[in-house]
Amino acid sequence: MDAAHSLPPATYGLLAEFDTPSALVAAARRAHEAGYRKLDTFSPYPIEEAWEAIGHHDRRLSLIVLIGGLTGLATGYGLQEWVHQIAYPINIAGKPLNSWPQFVPVMFELTILFAALSAVFGMIILNGLPQPYHPVFNVPRFEHASRDKFFLLVESTDPKFDRARTLDFLKGLDASEVNDVEP
Amino acid sequence: MINPKPATYAPVPLIEPGHTFSSITDKIGGVVLTMKTPLSWFIVVSIGLMLMGGLGLAVTWLLIKGTGIWGVNIPIGWGFAIINFVWWIGIGHAGTLISAILLLLKQGWRTSINRFAEGMTIFAVMCAGIFPLIHTGRPWLAAYWLFPYPNTMAIWPQFRSPLIWDVFAVSTYFTVSLLFWYVGLIPDLATLRDKAKTRPVKMAYGMLALGWRGSARHWQRYEHIYLLLAGLSTPLVLSVHTVVSFDFAIGIIPGWHATIFPPYFVAGAIYAGFAMVLTLAIPLRKIYHLEDFITMRHLENMGKVTLVTGLIVAYGYISEAFFGWYSANKYEGFMIWNRMTGPYWYMYWTLILCNIVTPQLLWIRRVRVSPLGLFLVAMVVNVGMWLERFVIVVTSLHRDFLPSSWGMYYPTIWDFMTFFGTIGMFLVLFFLFVRFLPMISIFEMRTMAPEAKLTGSEGH
Repeated sequence: MDAAHSLPPATYGLLAEFDTPSALVAAARRAHEAGYRKLDTFSPYPIEEAWEAIGHHDRRLSLIVLIGGLTGLATGYGLQEWVHQIAYPINIAGKPLNSWPQFVPVMFELTILFAALSAVFGMIILNGLPQPYHPVFNVPRFEHASRDKFFLLVESTDPKFDRARTLDFLKGLDASEVNDVEP
Repeated sequence: MINPKPATYAPVPLIEPGHTFSSITDKIGGVVLTMKTPLSWFIVVSIGLMLMGGLGLAVTWLLIKGTGIWGVNIPIGWGFAIINFVWWIGIGHAGTLISAILLLLKQGWRTSINRFAEGMTIFAVMCAGIFPLIHTGRPWLAAYWLFPYPNTMAIWPQFRSPLIWDVFAVSTYFTVSLLFWYVGLIPDLATLRDKAKTRPVKMAYGMLALGWRGSARHWQRYEHIYLLLAGLSTPLVLSVHTVVSFDFAIGIIPGWHATIFPPYFVAGAIYAGFAMVLTLAIPLRKIYHLEDFITMRHLENMGKVTLVTGLIVAYGYISEAFFGWYSANKYEGFMIWNRMTGPYWYMYWTLILCNIVTPQLLWIRRVRVSPLGLFLVAMVVNVGMWLERFVIVVTSLHRDFLPSSWGMYYPTIWDFMTFFGTIGMFLVLFFLFVRFLPMISIFEMRTMAPEAKLTGSEGH
């Protein structure tokens, strides 16, 4: 649907649809080169070139997972030392209260547990999920984003965004369709 | 792959030619979003529910009467509960191996089988978890025995005990496997949300999908943590059965106190797990006509992994026998001799037949490329791995240092009802999963489609 003659009062952005991953990546590169920054692409499977093309690479999760893992390690060590030295000291087979080699398995498991939890929840939170509503869902064709089509979104908050000119630009990128995204 | 005779040994593709993004989506998603459920599904679930009824009965009677209804007694204080626990936990290992280790090794063939192997892991660990929970007959006490929480008695668990390590290892394994599985499911749940026709179905999958929309920014973080989770799960999966083997190896019982135990248990777990993946994959691809995605190449590869891990397990048996002799310790020597020729000799030799002799058939390519042949070998290995745990637990305990304290172990009907009940529970959970969630990762299968190849760009 070409929305050129039924202009909505305000728009979230323009969504261009592509048939192939290569067309999407090429279009995303050209949009980025043209100076658009509030870009996003949508694809039914991960395409490394697509996020590279829009200049996105978030490395924070590595640090989050590292901190999570170290927290788990410290928790495991602290818990066991505290239990066996302070809270409930008990002589087992004449072993010293601080028999730390025997604390290693639980320290290891808690390291993995905390790191994995921070990885998953870190990903969900940084991605802003759960987010049941998003304007792109207003475009009827968008249900193909989880199936077989590829989409490039230029948000209207981009300083370079001008509805008419951006529309022409996107149409020139081999898009099979360009739709307005209702906010 | 080395290909000496291309005419007869052309590698079967990982996905049959002719598939597109939408045909993959329709084929796998269609299993879930259809009203037509195969008759065999109802048959399996009915059998499963019947066995689960037995489990409910056996556990209720256990809670009323206590562990006296089981066959355990001194000297065999560890009977079916630990045998079944180790058997189930072992089965659970293949899922994470396939999803994590094969991902890190860039084995593309894992894509068709990782989802249901992960499901299998989760359900197997749930079945395993039942046994430590009920093995005392008083599961409500497990709370303060096992979990470090501030209770009114001001007592704390004993962290020097491998049984506590086991609690942490298994619960971490379960949690991480569940996270891994769910993260893998999110994009597919979004596909089902968009594909579903009716509003309640859309809402259900929509809520589970968390509003996933396939944004590149999301995919980047997603791929990042997926790789990290694989990296974290790899040492985890190796640690779990290592810790399970510590339950035995830390003890001084002849037949348990051996340094070979951790690698031998881990190999056994992967062996059992791959056998179970084959046991499930072969009927599933038939029932749901998934031969395009789970090709002979997948089955053959799994057969090869089964053969290799089976050989490691064989090495474990040989080294056990060797150490029995080489230790020059009369108790160790007697233990292995008693295993082979004592009252449980038939268990030991059936185990050797199931776990060492039968899998050698997998050297023959005709067996590896025959679904029926693979299925039969896998079933034999499933039985063999159960026997292995029986032999380790029972034959080590029943005749230890003092002949005056020797005894025999006779499991009761309640032991069997509990064990077969967990098999029923596994079947029910697994078939519910197959019915309501995509059993093959749709989004990862799309990356295998020829259309996914990028043209006119560097990389790929």
